[in-house]
Amino acid sequence: MLTKNNEKLYNFLVPILSIVLGFIFGAILMLFFGYNPILAYQAMFNGVLANPFFFGEAMRQATVLTFTGLGFAIAFKAGFFNIGVAGQVLVGWVTSIWVALAFPDLPRILLLTLSLTAALLVGAVWAGIAGVLRAYFGTNEVIVTIMLNYIALYLTNYLIRNVISTGGNTTERVGPNASLRVDWLTQLTQGSRLNAGLFIAIIVVALYWVFMTQTTAGFEVRAVGLNRFASTYAGMSAPRNIILSMFLSGALAGLGGAIHGLGTFGNIFTQSGLPGVGFNGIAVALLGLGNPVGIFFSAILFGVLDVGSGFLPNRAGVPDEMAEIVIAAIIFFVGANYLIRFLFEKVKTKKTATEGGE
Amino acid sequence: MDIIRLMQLIVSSSLTFAAPLILTAIGGTFSERGGVVNIGLEGIMVMGAFMSAIFNIQFVGTFGTMTPWVGMLAGGVIGLLFSIIHAVATVNLRADHIVSGTVINLAAPALAVFLTRALFGAAQTGPLPRAFGRTNIFLLHRIPVIGPIFFRNTSGPAFFGILVAIISWFILFKTRFGLRLRSVGENPHAAETLGIKVYTMKYAGVLISGFLGGMGGAIQSQAIHNEFGILTVAGQGFIAMAAMIFGKWNPLGAMGAAIFFGFAQSLARVGNSIPVIQDIPGVWLQILPYLLTILVLVGVIGRAEAPAAIGKTYIKSK
Repeated sequence: MLTKNNEKLYNFLVPILSIVLGFIFGAILMLFFGYNPILAYQAMFNGVLANPFFFGEAMRQATVLTFTGLGFAIAFKAGFFNIGVAGQVLVGWVTSIWVALAFPDLPRILLLTLSLTAALLVGAVWAGIAGVLRAYFGTNEVIVTIMLNYIALYLTNYLIRNVISTGGNTTERVGPNASLRVDWLTQLTQGSRLNAGLFIAIIVVALYWVFMTQTTAGFEVRAVGLNRFASTYAGMSAPRNIILSMFLSGALAGLGGAIHGLGTFGNIFTQSGLPGVGFNGIAVALLGLGNPVGIFFSAILFGVLDVGSGFLPNRAGVPDEMAEIVIAAIIFFVGANYLIRFLFEKVKTKKTATEGGE
Repeated sequence: MDIIRLMQLIVSSSLTFAAPLILTAIGGTFSERGGVVNIGLEGIMVMGAFMSAIFNIQFVGTFGTMTPWVGMLAGGVIGLLFSIIHAVATVNLRADHIVSGTVINLAAPALAVFLTRALFGAAQTGPLPRAFGRTNIFLLHRIPVIGPIFFRNTSGPAFFGILVAIISWFILFKTRFGLRLRSVGENPHAAETLGIKVYTMKYAGVLISGFLGGMGGAIQSQAIHNEFGILTVAGQGFIAMAAMIFGKWNPLGAMGAAIFFGFAQSLARVGNSIPVIQDIPGVWLQILPYLLTILVLVGVIGRAEAPAAIGKTYIKSK
């Protein structure tokens, strides 16, 4: 009973303390290079939270991060490391734009459903390749998804230049009937790109929770992640669950890409590297410890950091990469949570010793 | 273009692109032989590339023609220092190896560009004053036919990498240290019973991978891109990991696989001056190295023969 309570305590403490330690690490680094950390953090948070437009932008970023975070988390729960989230975002993004531009005259509800579904499926298949190869050939999914990332990058750029648009580096913008923008949200946030994707994200957070905790399929995914051999012995099919979890993972990432496309940008342009929301989704999922609500909140935090980093150079004279360094430091402490547990146990035993307990 | 010049072009450009991969893949081999997965190699290469670029710019007056080689060592040292983070996290703090590696990959580009901005006021260093360039390999380039193809006007770092591969093979399979490192990767409990210091060996594996990966990154910036920026490394560390797996965790195999990937990458650059290949659309040449990696992992090696205790946290018994 005691250990169970401890686990609950740690599930709460580890992310909070990791965030605190991550910010402290960033502050020390800034001090070392002669920057003012208080000014920098103030610039970031004031810049975002005191202004409806930038807060809307942060929530928009959080929307996409929620999808990539959930996508990464579902594969992680099944015991797989889907580094390919970024590539799956990209294929989802390009698919949604392609479909939206191909059928410009469909009614809005139909076109949006079609575009989102197509992106979801393409993302799912893209990740599913890694799942199938893992399930039937034992191929390392980390390497395969990384390779698929680069294939997605070059293929997408090729499609943009040669198929979707003719010769340019940017596609046309999708029509208003394929856009996820909602007037009242845009007005509320004074013209930010926050869109209906936010509500889809909240619905997906709920669905994710229901799937993982209330359905047999979700239970099997978790069981395979905890112990593949025991779950095989209990009659669950490991290959089927591997493929299913990677498929769902890619579906969520692809959907995130579509919301990036139809909500944030309204078009797609050639990329020099993989979208950062993919890799930051990994960070979001690790900080949220695989809990969908936790993932939603860590997505908001990272959305604020991401948009807030834009204020660093002007208001504090700090290079905006600082925000990424803080994110990396936070995840370091989450990964090395043994450190936090170890220190806590030590403090606790000292306390009981001085109090003359057991 | 006559056949010898064509061969010379293919071989030298393959070796140029292979050089960073050879060193980094061998680095990965040391780390994984000791049981620590190091996907942070990508980030370590970024740090090495950054450090060597800074070094190249600062010390070109001191070291003259030797600058890129000394810069490579500087890259190795910073790679080694950076890999300590991975060693502490995975060995002492029991972090998941892939999570820790991801942290390195998130932190390194951000940190390197942060420092570049702090030092230069821009996100790129700009062109380096002295790159590796092309070299003739001592005496060997005078051999008829073979000399001009393989040893004339070619990549010095690649031949250095081949030398490192041979030495690493010897260290891993013929020395006491190598045997101990491998035993820790296969069965750390048994190794500890025999009195081998498991944590020390794991540290050694990770730090060697940091040193070699840092040197690999240094070659990437000083021989291929000739500057440091966010796109200098762009995935080479991951390809090096694939080369390590393709090479079955053997330094010589890793070297061979790295040269193969170097060849695949060079096609996208020099393919338009090679007959037949110039007719293939560019996008295929771009995705070829990555597609080949997947096919190779699926088809040729089948179930990979990774060290048995790879990726597992070892908790020392009291």
